[in-house]
Amino acid sequence: MSGHHPTSELEHPVARWLDSRLPIISAMKAQFIDFPTPKNLNYFWTFGGILMLMLVVQIISGVVLAMHYTPHVDRAFESVEMIMRDVNYGWLIRYIHANGASMFFVAVYIHLARGLYYGSYKAPREVLWGIGVIILILMMAIAFMGYVLPWGQMSFWGATVITNLFSAIPLVGAPIVEWLWGGFAVGNPTLNRFFSLHYLLPFVLAGLVFLHVWALHVPGNNNPTGVPVKTPKDAIPFHPYYTVKDGFAIVCFIIFFAFWVFYAPNYLGHADNYIPANPLVTPAHIVPEWYLLPFYAILRAIPSKLGGVIAMFAALIVLFFLPWLDTSRVRSGAFRPMFKVFFWIFVAACIGLGYLGAQPAEGIYIVFARILTIYYFAHFLVVLPLLGIFETPRPLPNSISEAVLKGQGGSATVPAGAASAPEKRG
Amino acid sequence: MFKTKAGVNALVLAAALSVGGAQLAHAAEADFELKNVDFSFEGPFGTFDRGQLQRGYKVYVESCAGCHGIDYLAFRNLGEPGGPEFSEDVVSVLAEEFPRQVTDGPDETGEMFERPGTPPDRLPPPFPNEAAARAANGGAYPPDLSVIAKARAGGPDYIYSILTGYEEPPADVEMRPGQYYNAYFPGHAIGMPPPLDDGLVSFDDGAPETLDQYAKDVSAFLMWTAEPKLEARRRLGFEVMVFLIIFAGMMYFSYKKLWRDVEH
Repeated sequence: MSGHHPTSELEHPVARWLDSRLPIISAMKAQFIDFPTPKNLNYFWTFGGILMLMLVVQIISGVVLAMHYTPHVDRAFESVEMIMRDVNYGWLIRYIHANGASMFFVAVYIHLARGLYYGSYKAPREVLWGIGVIILILMMAIAFMGYVLPWGQMSFWGATVITNLFSAIPLVGAPIVEWLWGGFAVGNPTLNRFFSLHYLLPFVLAGLVFLHVWALHVPGNNNPTGVPVKTPKDAIPFHPYYTVKDGFAIVCFIIFFAFWVFYAPNYLGHADNYIPANPLVTPAHIVPEWYLLPFYAILRAIPSKLGGVIAMFAALIVLFFLPWLDTSRVRSGAFRPMFKVFFWIFVAACIGLGYLGAQPAEGIYIVFARILTIYYFAHFLVVLPLLGIFETPRPLPNSISEAVLKGQGGSATVPAGAASAPEKRG
Repeated sequence: MFKTKAGVNALVLAAALSVGGAQLAHAAEADFELKNVDFSFEGPFGTFDRGQLQRGYKVYVESCAGCHGIDYLAFRNLGEPGGPEFSEDVVSVLAEEFPRQVTDGPDETGEMFERPGTPPDRLPPPFPNEAAARAANGGAYPPDLSVIAKARAGGPDYIYSILTGYEEPPADVEMRPGQYYNAYFPGHAIGMPPPLDDGLVSFDDGAPETLDQYAKDVSAFLMWTAEPKLEARRRLGFEVMVFLIIFAGMMYFSYKKLWRDVEH
């Protein structure tokens, strides 16, 4: 990571000895304690920390679950029930892990929407954004494979539907699907490899998160004004200011999380997944978890199978190109009157797609799904490129400090004339 | 400030949620509303009614166990906290007197053998496999009831509705042999003959010996078999929430104090 404090500042001789050989202490201090952070970040910036917590929660709870889980078609469902019944606090660990996946997506979608609204993807943060998109796609793959592991009806049929998507690939589709399955249908080899990958990929994700944070720490945080930090007055050290603010937000998020775990642990799941997988009985409606529904709606909106698969993946891939599709030179949506409106229409379209993804693919639902699918892509491919040309943005503040004084800072404002120097920690 | 698709979704979900005992998502996709029973375990502080669970077990053993297993339930669970809480002696007797014996073995000659149940045993299943179950039930497969209350939208309300939902078929509906008309079963043609009737099971605690009472009791019992840690979960949840809310308050005031001198 870029720049760190000299080793010589360290007081303890052992710390100095270690740091002169591996400057890990000074790097941590520079990146996570002293790191200059815009002082006007609002609560939407706390979701990065919340996501970090969720990754750790999922890995720890998942490792414990893996100690008790059996990845075999004849044993998987039963082993999950034994976790619920016979493992000490197994019910808690499983409900944390199952609801944790949903909470992870709640946080990641808010994090993503914040980036979209405040233009966090624009130069010089394109690589940071791109890594984030890879993280999102990988998260979806991990969550999907995790949902297969309890080997309930939705596990089995979800796995069947999603793996079958690859059969749409011309010529090599069928062999690829058999290769994915390890057989001629979703079966024990499929379950085994999904378990293996579901355990492996979160650690790949953790590596990507490291790169994501690294790429963040090169340009530093964006902020609600989109105006970069210009003077030291615009920034404050990450610790204690953002550790305490993120900490508060994290505790609030855990309250939200705990509500689901303790009081509605099965609400976000589907009842059919408490029926053991049965290849001979197809559920009336095969629906993925809520966080995949918008993409599922796009998949089903396209009349051809291959087209649907392409559209579904394109809906994610298009995000990679966002930094170049958005032609506006103004970063933050706060200063873009027309963009704001289209941003909200886009959010509404995504919610609409999520709703339609849960409905049967027939009649009026299909019509709306097609309209919203077109709008989803139009937002990126038509609206954003044109807005940059036709929109007149509001005047930008000269600096973060000026915006704060005018009450445009983003988070709660302080009356003008209050002491201006941030308290520096010795 | 803006909201997000996920945030709004979650809010909508949360708003639609009743923190009730069933805790099941996704309303039944059918042309009828399930009957709603006021169970003691509904709400964030609800607990099971021990007497009801004990009666529910009796109804299960005498009326359901012939065809439906509860494979994940062990007799010892019947004495554990948060359940029917039969005493240790009673649990041993219940295990021993269960209508089926437990298959154990192999013994020293390599043969499997039958013996009476003991508290650590799981309830012996009614059929050795699905094919046998179907053969004995005219092609229908009586599902295992371990987690049935979580595997059906509506949970215990669904079970109660099914058990009390047998009716004469409407004039225009033709029932095939071995099928029964049930107002609350998807498609209305159920393979299970009406399992309960007034006076079928005797209670020694004065509860009414009616079909309605039997249905309520066995529905509550099956909610417990599906979610045996429900009471522990809610109790711990309350403690966790109290802790977290105090913690959040402390974090909030720490945040305000630290940021007091920062213009932001």
